[in-house]
Amino acid sequence: MTAAAFRHALDLVTRVRGVRGAMLVSGDDGLVVAEQLMGGIKGTAVAALAASLSGRLRRAMEAAGVGVSVFWHLQAEQGALLVVPGGGGDSGGLLIVAVAEPDVNIGLVRLELLRAAEAVA
Amino acid sequence: MTTRAVEGWTLQPLTDFVREASVRLVLLMTPAGQVLAQSGFSRAVDVMSAAALGAAIMASTGELARQLRQAPFAALNHQGQRHGIFLSSLRSERGPVVVLAVYDLDVSSLGLVQLFFEQMATDLQAASPKTASKQVLAADFERELSESLNTLFGR
Repeated sequence: MTAAAFRHALDLVTRVRGVRGAMLVSGDDGLVVAEQLMGGIKGTAVAALAASLSGRLRRAMEAAGVGVSVFWHLQAEQGALLVVPGGGGDSGGLLIVAVAEPDVNIGLVRLELLRAAEAVA
Repeated sequence: MTTRAVEGWTLQPLTDFVREASVRLVLLMTPAGQVLAQSGFSRAVDVMSAAALGAAIMASTGELARQLRQAPFAALNHQGQRHGIFLSSLRSERGPVVVLAVYDLDVSSLGLVQLFFEQMATDLQAASPKTASKQVLAADFERELSESLNTLFGR
């Protein structure tokens, strides 16, 4: 996987109107692998906390017996956080994370996040 | 988890770091290995060993960087199968403080530890008194060490 491939995967997400940034995050470490973010977004903090949340959600899904999570969406007053776990078996794998405006087209972002996950798989 | 400090100004930032980064063990010490605060340790001998080894690693990597004509390394992370070890230093009004943190990979991550380490560095910088720290003379070393360990383990 090359830096160009990572950029392409992020381009798929950031071209959606209302997306303020996208990142590839190492699910195990919570570190940023690649990012395209607008100013004012603390990439390292979002990466660390999203990876932590992802690990806890994965365990909750397992405990509930509903399998692995394929997409999650957290809506806040001033925006939304959307994440697609990119696979990776038992480990955290790569997460594809989008930060978006509150009125973004969620369905479209989800579609592009899933495409980006395929691109980096 | 027990968090105790020899230097009181380190206690709140350390407590916050332990809670937010979900780290298992933490030592705050001077570059010479003099312990300022600890969290999670249950035996004095473990604190002494960890402080000596952590200070030695910082000294070794600092010298390695100097030999390479580089600035000192910002942080060192060692990741095992179940635990990670994070070693770094920060500046305070009382001089450099070395931080050794051990975290479980199940409940924390390098990203979280780095994120909240930066917060702790800011908090410690703000909390540190501007007076110079007391120098420990060789003649007093054993008594000072004993008093510090008593404080760190609530004796």
